[in-house]
Amino acid sequence: MPASEVLTLLSPELVVLVGIALVLALDLAWRDQPGRLLPFVALAVPVVAVGPVAALWGRRESLLSGMMAVDPFALYFKLILLGAAALVMLGSVRYFQTRAGRQGEFYLLLLLATLAAMLATSATDLISIYLAFEFVSLSCYVLVSYLRGSRLSSEAGLKYFLFGAVTSAVMLYGMSLLYGAAGTTSLEGIAKALRGPAASLRWLAVPTAVLLLAGFSFKIAIAPFHQWAPDAYQGAPTPVTAFLSVGSKMAGIAVLVRVMVVAMGDFQPAWARMLGAFAIVSMVLGNLVAAQQTDIKRMLAYSSIAHAGYIMVGFVTFVLDPAAFTGLNGVLLYAGVYLFTNIGAFLGVIAFEEATGSTTIADYEGLIRRSPFLAALLAYFLLSLTGMPFTGGMFAKFFVFAPAIQAGSFGFLLAAVGVATSIVAAFYYLNVVRLMFFRTVEGANRLIIPGAVRVGLAIAAAATLLIGLYPQPLISLASRSVVMLGALP
Amino acid sequence: MGFPVLTLVTFMPLLGALIVLLLPAANTRAIKQVAVITALVTLALGVIIWAAYDRGAGGLQLQERAAWIPSIGVDYHMGVDGVSVPLILLTTLLTPLCLWYSSFTIRERVKEFFFLFLLLETGMLGTFAALDLVLFYVFWELGLVPMYFLIGVWGGAKREYAAIKFFLYTLTGSVAMLLGFLYVYFSTGTFSIPDAAASMEAMRPFGANFTVVSLAFWGIFLAFAIKLPLWPFHTWLPDAHTEAPTAGSVILAGVLLKLGGYGFVRILLPVFPSAFRYWAPLVATLAVISIVYGALVCIAQWDLKRLIAYSSVSHMGYVMLGIAAAAYALGTPQQATSGAIALNGAVLQMFSHGLITGSLFFLVGVIYDRAHTRDLRAFGGLGSIVPYFYGFMLVAAFASLGLPGLAGFWAEFMVFRGALAIMPVAAVVGGLGIVFTAGYILWKIMQHVFLGPPNEKWLKLPDMHSWEIITLAPLMASIVLVGLYPTPLVNIINTAAAALSELL
Repeated sequence: MPASEVLTLLSPELVVLVGIALVLALDLAWRDQPGRLLPFVALAVPVVAVGPVAALWGRRESLLSGMMAVDPFALYFKLILLGAAALVMLGSVRYFQTRAGRQGEFYLLLLLATLAAMLATSATDLISIYLAFEFVSLSCYVLVSYLRGSRLSSEAGLKYFLFGAVTSAVMLYGMSLLYGAAGTTSLEGIAKALRGPAASLRWLAVPTAVLLLAGFSFKIAIAPFHQWAPDAYQGAPTPVTAFLSVGSKMAGIAVLVRVMVVAMGDFQPAWARMLGAFAIVSMVLGNLVAAQQTDIKRMLAYSSIAHAGYIMVGFVTFVLDPAAFTGLNGVLLYAGVYLFTNIGAFLGVIAFEEATGSTTIADYEGLIRRSPFLAALLAYFLLSLTGMPFTGGMFAKFFVFAPAIQAGSFGFLLAAVGVATSIVAAFYYLNVVRLMFFRTVEGANRLIIPGAVRVGLAIAAAATLLIGLYPQPLISLASRSVVMLGALP
Repeated sequence: MGFPVLTLVTFMPLLGALIVLLLPAANTRAIKQVAVITALVTLALGVIIWAAYDRGAGGLQLQERAAWIPSIGVDYHMGVDGVSVPLILLTTLLTPLCLWYSSFTIRERVKEFFFLFLLLETGMLGTFAALDLVLFYVFWELGLVPMYFLIGVWGGAKREYAAIKFFLYTLTGSVAMLLGFLYVYFSTGTFSIPDAAASMEAMRPFGANFTVVSLAFWGIFLAFAIKLPLWPFHTWLPDAHTEAPTAGSVILAGVLLKLGGYGFVRILLPVFPSAFRYWAPLVATLAVISIVYGALVCIAQWDLKRLIAYSSVSHMGYVMLGIAAAAYALGTPQQATSGAIALNGAVLQMFSHGLITGSLFFLVGVIYDRAHTRDLRAFGGLGSIVPYFYGFMLVAAFASLGLPGLAGFWAEFMVFRGALAIMPVAAVVGGLGIVFTAGYILWKIMQHVFLGPPNEKWLKLPDMHSWEIITLAPLMASIVLVGLYPTPLVNIINTAAAALSELL
């Protein structure tokens, strides 16, 4: 493959890379007068990078000696990551102007994390996967502890780092076993080797699957590897929390799906039910504990654990019965909806924190009087997370639970736990709505919402509403994006 | 496909809601005018549907169908039959009255109130017109959110508790229903209600696995039973009705409960005829318990609004009894006529209960606005103090009791006439409900509120304002009209009931 071709295939990443260099240079150039323009330069990067992703649409190529792949699956997740980065940046403009003097580094790190996550979605080799993963993690560790003056932020970063280091080591151990058995690090090669020449070592697949899933589950924050998430989500700067809950989570999901389908697909009986059990624990624990939280970031942290569980329901049923309903579609659709809904909710939290300095749920009391716009949109996102009609959230849930019903009794169990825990979820989401709408506080001032956050909220709400009214375009997009290089048809 | 009148009637309130949203919150006058006018236009459309439905032809009419989510075969499919037409008319009739009444009583957060109320009407009308399971589910759930806010923001002292209880109960039913719908889809390959009914029929008697069929049946049943509400799923209702603002209680009792009854007739009966027949005795038992238990609780109640709330449990039990009897008669040709009569009665009962309980809740609102209490022990002798109120209450209460010549009579008569031939024991025990109803209407409401020596505290109680009379007059007229001349209504219902009772 000629170099120009390789560069074309990597063009989305290259655009982000050039953007990173630009942000770095401008940050230096504007050192004396902290640039008001810098956030918008950074914001342009993910927006521009959508162009090359769209231009590559439909391509299915392997490059760099099989280290990376450009296929619809990777491109779909890249779109989600770019969307996440752009929306998070809209929420960051004022946040870092008022909090940290050095806002340039934040945009740099966020773009680095985005670049890393994009590489992870394309990685098709254990080595590139590990490198991309560590790249995401290292950027995120720094992002989480970005508020140097804040003890909470530093503690969150440290916890995240310690947990991350351990699970990375565990995952790496799994990868080394897999390499030892198959004699190759290519995902496709591993599947082939274990089917043929290395068949005598097939038994290694079981422990390997456990070790790999531990590493992936950490990134996605599914139980029982979720313990870092509540502290990290609460302590991190809120825009970073928003990125963690969608950006790095989606990168983790993309890698998990690719590795388990391409390399470990043959050993599905060994791990599918275990992952299903993780999903059940995530849904139950995430929702039950979320209901007891008093801090909204912590509540959304637990809720994001539960949502990762819902997504895993979609994936596990796809593995158990690939023909059920619309297959892997549900996972991709959920990811697309979750991008707008969850970042939308976090943008609401950012706006409120900007105006009041608080993230305590009780302080949301009477928000409808203080900012009808914010209260209405935040309520809308919470209803979407609940799965109400005329929100994207309803179709997201529909498309992961529907196949589960079809996939035998284990699938039915997953669906039953899913819908039962959604009712618990409704309780705590609506608790915030209750405070915002049913109570009024005398003499409370009106809140001022920064313009960029308003734009972000409006975009996220419009997208969620559009998907809720007419989901067909996203469904079509998702069903064309389930194509993964190297996966058995 | 002709003129899309069903789409128009469903989304007209939404259009009004959006206009309300754009108006400045301070301009309450314009907001109220827009809301009431929108609801009146919707009523006009409801009347047009009533007139346009061809009674001679019967079946599903005014259908509209367009692909909505083609990947999974979900259509935007609307259509009405003899069951939905009266309920659409009822909805479009009650909503303008509620909005008119509220434009005098709602003083806080006016814009939100009228926005949500119109949104609620779209949800209700959409549910009555939807012929696709997913579309039905979407509209069904759409009604849930505005009602939650109506109770929670404008409700009484325990409104927050009542609102979340209402929401979680209904949501529990909804998700069970969704799983049931998916079962129907996976069995028949379609989300279309008429198509599913036709293909499930082919799977008679029980398809491959009766346990699974029953699970799906009870999943869907749960949603409708909670909404109806059927004992023992009724416990959200007294709280929600009691705490909701007057217009909220009216629409909750008048229309939202009918969504449950409608669901049984529109979906459960045609799609699961065999399973419904199998389980009909159990369903009838629950219905009879609802009737008797609801009436007994009423006798023990001292809070007027709560009493009327519980009377809904009892009266909606008649609806369930009629439907259960019709289901039990399926497949037995000599009982088909009785089944059709019971089903006619059930649907008629939904319509007349909407008028009667709607009136009663308005009247409770009228007295509560003046006396600021609903404790029956605090009243007495009001008959001579507020004669207009007395007169209106007399009509509504006696209609509720089932007095011949008023709307409640024909429905109860037909339910019991039908059920007696099919399930005599259930009908006889359920008949006790009528006796108890007479007890609480006469003893608790009439005697405690209006008769006896006038309580000095209330001597200066003002009688009904003209706008309150305007609210109630159309309802009173309808109650008397349906009581004296139910034929047009029965004719239209019967086109659907006759078809439904010959399913197997």
